[in-house]
Amino acid sequence: MSVFYFIAFLSILFSLLVIFAKNPVHSVLYLIITFFTFTIHYIILNAQFLAVVNFIVYMGAILVLFLFVLMMLNLNEDTEPTKSIYVKLAGIIGGGVLLVTLVGAIKLTAKSNPVVLQDVNLGSVQNLGKVLFNEFLLPFEVSSILLLSAMVGAVLLATKEGKPKATTV
Amino acid sequence: MESFLEAVKVVPLNHYILLSAIIFSIGVIGVLIRRNAIVVFMSVELMLNAVNLLLTVFSVYGNDPNGQVFVFFIMALAAAEIAIGLAIIVMIHRNTNSIDVDILNRLKW
Repeated sequence: MSVFYFIAFLSILFSLLVIFAKNPVHSVLYLIITFFTFTIHYIILNAQFLAVVNFIVYMGAILVLFLFVLMMLNLNEDTEPTKSIYVKLAGIIGGGVLLVTLVGAIKLTAKSNPVVLQDVNLGSVQNLGKVLFNEFLLPFEVSSILLLSAMVGAVLLATKEGKPKATTV
Repeated sequence: MESFLEAVKVVPLNHYILLSAIIFSIGVIGVLIRRNAIVVFMSVELMLNAVNLLLTVFSVYGNDPNGQVFVFFIMALAAAEIAIGLAIIVMIHRNTNSIDVDILNRLKW
């Protein structure tokens, strides 16, 4: 019981640090820790496959990409644009109102049951693989096309426009 | 592992929803108060992850593996989105020499 609340506290703390850190590089590092706490949440829920995928895809690939871009663009605290205090206050109030609305909606529902893991193999690779390659085979294949098109699009966007150099003889 | 399985048994569903709601709201606040395009992007990631966690919790709660498969697809989508988004940010930085989102307000009027 206390494990969940401790990890939840860490998640909230580090996600607050992500948005309030002045230096964008620190933001990325805090985001890595936040995603690590999410991985622990998945382990607590016994979703082993998702824990591994979250660890590899988010912490390994996506955040390294963020760090690459930050370092490549040479961004640091000095170049960091800041909004005026009124805009920040308005943003915080807006987000707070959203949170209050969500919490109020949760409070209106009946008292919830505890989350109980009924089947220990629910999140195992074997079980999820069977579901993925039977019911979700078409979405799985479509997502491969999505990733291919994303790759082509990213290369197309990031390369410089203009005349292609006549390097080939 | 066993102690972890025991640990989850007494956490009510509402507390998980509350955690996800808080982290989602933090992501919304991050989008609203930051001008650095990359930090805005990271806040969007935070919101995506809050939803992922909630989907997993409901999957465990309802003993239905479909929720976890959905999370897997959302992760694949997020990877594609990050690649495209960061490419766009690099392009913006090359054209305007800044990644301040407030510069890109020409579509406002």
